Amino acid sequence: MSRVLSRPVGILGDGDSATLWHSGTEGASHRQEWVVADNGRAVELIAITKTYPGVIANDKVNLSVGLGEIHAIVGENGAGKSTLMNMLYGMQIPDSGEIKVRGELEHFRSPKDAIAHGIGMVHQHFMLADNLTVLENIVLGFEPKSGMRIDFDGARKKIIEIGSRYGMTLDPDTLVEHLSVGQRQRVEILKVLFRGATILILDEPTAVLVPQEVDELFDNLKVLRDDGVTLIFISHKLDEVLSVANSITVMRGGKTVATVLPQDVDAGQLAELMVGSELPVPETTASTVTDHVALEVRNLTHRSNDDRTLLDDVNLTIRNGEIVGIAGVEGNGQSELIDALMGIIDPETGSVLLNGEDISTRHTIDRHEAGIGIIPEDRHRQGLLLSAPLWENVMLGHQSQAPFVRGPFIDMKGTRSATEEVVERFDVKTPNIDVPAHALSGGNQQKMIVGKEMLAEPDVLIAAHPTRGIDVGAQSAVWDELRAARQGGLAVLLISADLDELIGLSDTLLVIFDGKIVASLDPGDVTPEILGSYMTGVKVAS
Amino acid sequence: MKVSKIFFSLLAPVSAIIFSLGVGAIVLLIVGINPLDAYGQMVSFSADSTSFASSINKAVPLYVSAVAVAIGFQMNLFNIGVEGQYLIAAMFAGWVGTNVVLWGPLHITVIILTAVIVGAIWAGIAGALKVTRGVNEVISTIMLNFIAFSAIAYLLANTFSVESESLNLSTGKLPDSALLPNLNFLITMFGFNEPRGIEIPGFLVIAILLGIAYYVLVWRTRFGFELRISGMNPGSARMAGVNPKKMVFYTMLLSGGVAGLIGLSTLMGKLGAYTQDFPRGIGFTGIAVALLGRNHPVGMALGALLFGVMDRAALVLKLEGIPEEIVVIIQGVIVLAVVVAYEIVGRIVAAREVTAAAEALKASNGAEVAA
Amino acid sequence: MTTTTREPMVEMDGGKQKWSKWGLMLVIFLVSMIGLSAIQEIAGTSQLTSSGTWGAALRLTVPILLAGLGGLYSERAGVVNIGLEGMMIAGTWFGAWAGWQFGPWWGVAFGILGGAFFGLIHAVATVTFGVDQIVSGVAINLLAAGAMRFLSVVTYTIGSGGGATQSPRIQGFIQTFDIPLLSPFLQSIEDKEWFFFSDTAGMLGGFTTNVSWLTVIGLLAVPITTWLLWKTAWGLRLRSVGENPWAAESLGVPVMRMKYWGVVISGALSGLGGAYLVLVQAGIYREGQTGGRGFIGLGALIFGNWIPSGVLAGAGLFGYADALRLRQASAVHALLLLIAVLLAAFALWKLYQKSYTAAVSMGVFAILFYLWWALTDEVATEVVTATPYIATLLVLSLASQRLRMPAADGIPYRKGEAH
Repeated sequence: MSRVLSRPVGILGDGDSATLWHSGTEGASHRQEWVVADNGRAVELIAITKTYPGVIANDKVNLSVGLGEIHAIVGENGAGKSTLMNMLYGMQIPDSGEIKVRGELEHFRSPKDAIAHGIGMVHQHFMLADNLTVLENIVLGFEPKSGMRIDFDGARKKIIEIGSRYGMTLDPDTLVEHLSVGQRQRVEILKVLFRGATILILDEPTAVLVPQEVDELFDNLKVLRDDGVTLIFISHKLDEVLSVANSITVMRGGKTVATVLPQDVDAGQLAELMVGSELPVPETTASTVTDHVALEVRNLTHRSNDDRTLLDDVNLTIRNGEIVGIAGVEGNGQSELIDALMGIIDPETGSVLLNGEDISTRHTIDRHEAGIGIIPEDRHRQGLLLSAPLWENVMLGHQSQAPFVRGPFIDMKGTRSATEEVVERFDVKTPNIDVPAHALSGGNQQKMIVGKEMLAEPDVLIAAHPTRGIDVGAQSAVWDELRAARQGGLAVLLISADLDELIGLSDTLLVIFDGKIVASLDPGDVTPEILGSYMTGVKVAS
Repeated sequence: MKVSKIFFSLLAPVSAIIFSLGVGAIVLLIVGINPLDAYGQMVSFSADSTSFASSINKAVPLYVSAVAVAIGFQMNLFNIGVEGQYLIAAMFAGWVGTNVVLWGPLHITVIILTAVIVGAIWAGIAGALKVTRGVNEVISTIMLNFIAFSAIAYLLANTFSVESESLNLSTGKLPDSALLPNLNFLITMFGFNEPRGIEIPGFLVIAILLGIAYYVLVWRTRFGFELRISGMNPGSARMAGVNPKKMVFYTMLLSGGVAGLIGLSTLMGKLGAYTQDFPRGIGFTGIAVALLGRNHPVGMALGALLFGVMDRAALVLKLEGIPEEIVVIIQGVIVLAVVVAYEIVGRIVAAREVTAAAEALKASNGAEVAA
Repeated sequence: MTTTTREPMVEMDGGKQKWSKWGLMLVIFLVSMIGLSAIQEIAGTSQLTSSGTWGAALRLTVPILLAGLGGLYSERAGVVNIGLEGMMIAGTWFGAWAGWQFGPWWGVAFGILGGAFFGLIHAVATVTFGVDQIVSGVAINLLAAGAMRFLSVVTYTIGSGGGATQSPRIQGFIQTFDIPLLSPFLQSIEDKEWFFFSDTAGMLGGFTTNVSWLTVIGLLAVPITTWLLWKTAWGLRLRSVGENPWAAESLGVPVMRMKYWGVVISGALSGLGGAYLVLVQAGIYREGQTGGRGFIGLGALIFGNWIPSGVLAGAGLFGYADALRLRQASAVHALLLLIAVLLAAFALWKLYQKSYTAAVSMGVFAILFYLWWALTDEVATEVVTATPYIATLLVLSLASQRLRMPAADGIPYRKGEAH
């Protein structure tokens, strides 16, 4: 017996024109009927594999989503969730495996194919034009027309109808720039519903919302589900997932780990699944932590332009000979913390002290000179000059000091010999120091960056994702360097999403969530459950 | 490795020039003129000492203009206002030179300083507007060009002018102490004929010094380093401690200051005064030369020479009844062609660099491959 | 449903404004005319509102308007086009040549094509090859100027009536029209020199007497553009490409193709503006005829906040000032008083809005302008020539934060690149 699922009428494959909606007589009247094959699953991904050079993004992943349910996919950064959904949406093509939509085998070549099959995706980073109205953003590329003219009245009516149906009312004629983040998300959802989607994919939908907006969103999702729409959403926030999902798939390291029902697990168990039940055991070496505080952060608070809290009363201290690690899912304030420490943003309140001295008002270059080193989180955008030779890259951050400059002039001899030293000491594999940085592998680029900072003998080193995207050999080399430097008295702030790295290196392990430091743990006896819970915002009974 | 480096840096400009000559040839053919004949005339005309002196004469201000523009280009700032900056600077310098008479070298220094300061101020307006109010420097410098033209017209008619026999308004002839010597002896030294009616401007020396100073500043000083990285990768520059607003403002000042020097070649040379006849358009052609020379001191010098030679060679065309404007068309096509060519060649070079480095590594120890 | 606090429901009926749009414009018109009449009385000139002045203003507005609208299409598609001047120059040359060879309306057609050709070059360089848009624009200006000079030398040989820097006269001319009963009626009222009524008659007279059909076409471009860009699907896609090309691409809009359209149309409109200069005003092509109007058009575009009616307002302002300068120098002097009054009015309005610093600074400028008027007899012509440029600079400086250029204007776009 086949299930009948209705979808709104008006979908055309190429989006060049859209027939006018015609209303029927019953509740779900304006919808067309999809016929669904026997087993009645909305989406089935079977043994999906996708690899990129050097990394397996999805490894025989299975996913099964029922019709008219809210299905959550949880996992850490890099678990492969987004890649998987990109393939369902036609933005990527799997290397192997099958995609079935409503029981039929499908091969999507582009998002247009997916849209034609009633799948819509709401991206984490909204694709909206601020200077156009809600209506214009929604109908773009799919405009209802009479001749050349857009049928504004028809479109407006439809948008209001869909909106009120699902509790997402918006004035179609407001400019998007005047909308709050939650409202913008509604526009994105209306965009896909307008094109007749009955399977919605939402990528980290609550990442940018404040708590009330999250509640409103979940109310809307429930109404959609009750109306027969299937929802898949990706998240790392376990409390939220448990409160709204009908079933949950956990991914880790490119594989599906488990599919559970929310009534069968609690947040702690879920966290453990996400993070893995085994954490590395930190090395037991003698502690090198001294009593002298090298870096202190007090009451650091910062808000964004649209009033979201990015940093919430952050306090931390790092002593010489100590590595303080900050664990957390990306986007919880780590970038803003780094920018505030380096003087790139000026926080609303709070102060930064280096060796007891308040440096909160000093310019970035002064902070370099005062002895703060930085391994930036995005080496391409912040840490390198890709088209410049290595010896110019080594100057970054140190162009105001010896041995690189003498007075206003660059000291070529000093610079070149310093670069040779970096290459030699830190095992940067390169034919010479004149090659452009983009010719080096990621691992060697990173070794060079680490090396140039170490060479300047900083008092404090901020290491942001220091081994991201580099090969294993380079990774251990970087770790060895950090350990050796710590032994020599360096104070290190280690920000990372790699739990092996954090537990293996940190003396103290902090967790950041929503801009706030929510925990200070001992890496020696932290459990995956506790760590995962703090990272995902679950309240932990103390 | 070195040879191929030179080859690739010349590939784009040379191919652009060849392409443009080709387009010019086609245009000539369409209007019924034999391009080989025309080009041949140009070449033979250029090969004599008068032409040589004239080419250099034209090339010198073009070079200075290119350097002024290039300073901005290093950090992706477009100083289109070089045109207005050099004219207004030259006018003020002319006026100061006539009315403030000092002993020899000091007089010359004062004139040069006036030009530099006025040029810097005029560009500084655009820089300040960009830094404080976010006004795009392309529009503001273009507007300032027109405002400069009006300001010059007004001042020349009212405040600055001097009685002169012709109807040509002028700031008055500079006393001899302000004029730079002509360098024609450089030609006669080698046994060539004395150039007739034209002189190699003494300002050539200053232009050469400027080129050297430009090289040193941009590639051998901390300021130049910060300038270039601001253009290369603003994110890395910021993290490395560069203050973006200061950078924009100082760069505009510097660019405008150099622009001020452009007119001095004429002012302190044969013309000896700022008049309504003062050569125009050098600001815009300077942009073309900077693009052709890829902001490189030697490249721009070659480019300026090329344009100077072409401008001079155009004269012979007129005598032969060939429209000399074909040269302007060729120059215009060069500008477009060279930027397209640089794009294409740039991508080829980047790809080659990656494979070359990978191979070199493999040869040495075979461990790493470029990711 | 949870009862969390929500933002208030936004009005569904579009919100009825207190004043209807047309009513507001009528009020502004009446107030301005009364003001102008008063100033004329005080300043002792009748040129501010004479039909001659307004007629000239109309003719001087159109080329700037067309260039500005050209810039609008291009920038709304995300491509900066400072080659408008060069495209206009091409329009003047081809307009004159075809006008001379075949007739005035052929001139219009060829002027458009000439401008569009250079627009196409700009499109190929910037959209397909990703060349920097400013560089390409500057190159096009150089190329067009040189090419037109070349063409003149080659085409207008001795005895043809033209030469290297100008063309022979065009054949015939574009028809002008008066409105049959209205024009003489308005003229008679104007002659009576009645306060306010004569001035209004003068203005209306200028707009309805001796008007060229090409002017009408030029003005029609404004409502046509508004309709095209805001009411059709094609127009929405074009604008989306200039606001967020990645969003447009994700929805299936052919981004590159739309950009080509925008740039080529901008060339065509600039070409039309150039043709207008030749066919309606001068009757011949003269080198340097465009006089920077391509750039002024860009200024009008910015002044008009990238909206067609705004461009018209900006072009109108520049055209009016230009007309005054040409008609009578003393008229410009009277303009100073007008500006002083306007600034004073603005200052009072700012005071009402409680922006004290803005009110004070405007008040100071109002006083300065008044003094300038009172203490001098005339304004130097050079200052007047510079007015549009100074005005553009001022508008940019004061309002750059609030002007709204298309969000992705000037940003090079590569297909498929995630942002």
